Amino acid sequence: MTAVPEATELQAHFDQTLEHSRRIEPRDWVPDKYRATMIRQIAQHAHSEIIGMQPEGNWITRAPSLRRKAILIAKVQDEAGHGMYLYSAAETLGADRADLTEKLISGRQKYSSIFNYPTLSYADVGVIGWLVDGAAICNQVPLCRSSYGPYARAMVRICKEESFHQRQGYELLLTMMRGTDAQRQMVQDATNRFWWPSLMMFGPPDDASPNTAQSMAWGIKRHTNDELRQRFVDMTVPQADKLGVTLPDPELAWNDERGHYDFGAVDWDEFKAVVSGNGPCNAQRIARRQAAHEDGAWVREAALAHAAKAPAVHSAEEHAR
Amino acid sequence: MTEDEFAAYQSLAEETEDHRWAFGTGFTDPLEGIDPSVPDSIDAAALAAYCLMLGDDALIYSHRLQQWMTRLPELEEETALANIALDLLGQARMLLARAGQAEAAAGGTGRGEDQLAFFRDEHEFRNVRLAEHADADFAELTGRLLVFSAWRLALCTRLAGSADPVLAAIAAKSARELAYHRDYAAQWVVRLGDGTPLSHGKMQAALDAIWPLAGELFEPDPVTARLPEVAVDPADLRGEVDDVLGTVLAAATLDRPQAAPMARVAGGSGRDGVHTEPFGYLLAELQSLARAHPDATW
Amino acid sequence: MSDFSAEGGHGAVPVSDVPVRPESAHVRADWPLYEVFLRGKRGLNHVHVGSLHAADPQMALRHARDLYTRRNEGVSIWVVAAADITASSPDEKDPFFAPSGDKVYRHPTFYEIPDDVPHM
Repeated sequence: MTAVPEATELQAHFDQTLEHSRRIEPRDWVPDKYRATMIRQIAQHAHSEIIGMQPEGNWITRAPSLRRKAILIAKVQDEAGHGMYLYSAAETLGADRADLTEKLISGRQKYSSIFNYPTLSYADVGVIGWLVDGAAICNQVPLCRSSYGPYARAMVRICKEESFHQRQGYELLLTMMRGTDAQRQMVQDATNRFWWPSLMMFGPPDDASPNTAQSMAWGIKRHTNDELRQRFVDMTVPQADKLGVTLPDPELAWNDERGHYDFGAVDWDEFKAVVSGNGPCNAQRIARRQAAHEDGAWVREAALAHAAKAPAVHSAEEHAR
Repeated sequence: MTEDEFAAYQSLAEETEDHRWAFGTGFTDPLEGIDPSVPDSIDAAALAAYCLMLGDDALIYSHRLQQWMTRLPELEEETALANIALDLLGQARMLLARAGQAEAAAGGTGRGEDQLAFFRDEHEFRNVRLAEHADADFAELTGRLLVFSAWRLALCTRLAGSADPVLAAIAAKSARELAYHRDYAAQWVVRLGDGTPLSHGKMQAALDAIWPLAGELFEPDPVTARLPEVAVDPADLRGEVDDVLGTVLAAATLDRPQAAPMARVAGGSGRDGVHTEPFGYLLAELQSLARAHPDATW
Repeated sequence: MSDFSAEGGHGAVPVSDVPVRPESAHVRADWPLYEVFLRGKRGLNHVHVGSLHAADPQMALRHARDLYTRRNEGVSIWVVAAADITASSPDEKDPFFAPSGDKVYRHPTFYEIPDDVPHM
């Protein structure tokens, strides 16, 4: 697609829209790289929501009270919804949801590394709400000001629902920490397993990356990985204190000079292994998604075949209601 | 980003209560303003048993639907099925709570919803065996849901006139939800029955597999007989359910199965606490964590 | 190790070596796209809230109610097949679209990718 005579005008229009902090909408011309970057970011965010249903969904049928069960079903349902909002936003850029699903299943598009860890106790449900959703909120609130309109609007809706989930997770942990010794041990154990992976969620240090600079210029990325990680730590340490859990980092300490918490070194080798497919649950997560997609093909095809049939068939359907 | 730019959108995003969807459809408490005491004319022990029957149907059915989450053919079905599972769980919670109240009125302990859900044994559960069936595929999932929701809707529509005001209110709310469930299931049975040859074959096989479990839904039971004006005679439901199923099957180009009802065991079935082999595993999954920490609050 | 961005929503995802171009050979006729419009209880007009996939209009309505209203029965819902929407927005200047009366978005089937072009 080469519109050479109007190229400078289109580029200028794009640049000015961004300069004035206005939204880019689906029928705006955008540079190919902007389009690709947005699709990549939105699609991988969507994949994370869908895959994230699995570790949490793991405890629905065993939830220890009916109220907790209802809350957890609602949360996992929300995650499906978030995935769908995001796939919809990606589609406005010319992506196709079935195609994105295939890229996820084949491993060419990724999802957040945190969901490659197993949920081994009910306390994990609370810790995921507290730490993982807490970290996600740090990432997601700035995205409500993303330069791309459909994505920003989806993020407003998602953020509202996500903050509810974080509160629910934290409330579960408070209840457990005020409960039996076994419950308290469960919470501490879950915290020990999820703390470092939560810090890894923000990605390795990236200030020197050329991609970072471009994304910031385009209003796609608004903070460095380290900035977000520091914000998360500062927010979370007092929450841990209030819970009465110990975060598994002996170097964690308030630094008066910096006005922030110092913390220990993240094991980026572990992160690298998990992201390249060698985490504890990678194969299992993808296999589940793949099975659902493949096992369901006959259902999707049947629905299309039925829809394509003559209208006379549909009126019979009306009587069925 | 100015406030104006989001105003129209946010007016939609504003909701009345954060926890709305954790408790089923509707934003108001269906039991608000209703006197929770059990009317003197009603056999309270029988009412407790009856509420357990209907509550267990919903609780166990919801459990089977929950097992399907993250395994469904399309993401949109994930939200739809989660809705139905949540609705049924909500109905179960209200019915179990009513059972506990009636139990107390009859001079018993008055157990709470969690005590009833997690600390009863297999033979104490009163759900029909249709509720505990594990669906082999999406055709069985939708076919079984059609039968169950058509039956339960017919039941709750009549139960909305119950002499027990709490049961009547629960039934009225449940009926609105079940109409949606039945409609969802019916649309899918038609799509699959009249879709591709493959889906037609699977849908027919699914109905054939489920049909033996349908007979139990209309059988009389001694508890219902002790609750005139309160409970609904299951035999009264057969006509309406047959009509609905007949219409849907015709639109779906499916044959009505001829299978005989599943045999009883020593004369008993689900309503008597006599269940299928998979039921033990279902309860183990449902109850194991709660039972491992019997004194814990969650 | 390729760059990672924290802003993948739920955490670090790679930013390079990730293909995004739809493979036109694999774009199947999956469930078509519908746009969803809602009128909330306090609103006066229907507002566009997003899209979803459905096999037919009835399914689209059901899904819209599940996905965009969390089952609030009081909300009015319109669903329209995206392909049936004709759009015009003079301020959006993508030459891909006709200046007046064209589709709401690009759809992946519009991509004409020669077989020998590598993914981005």
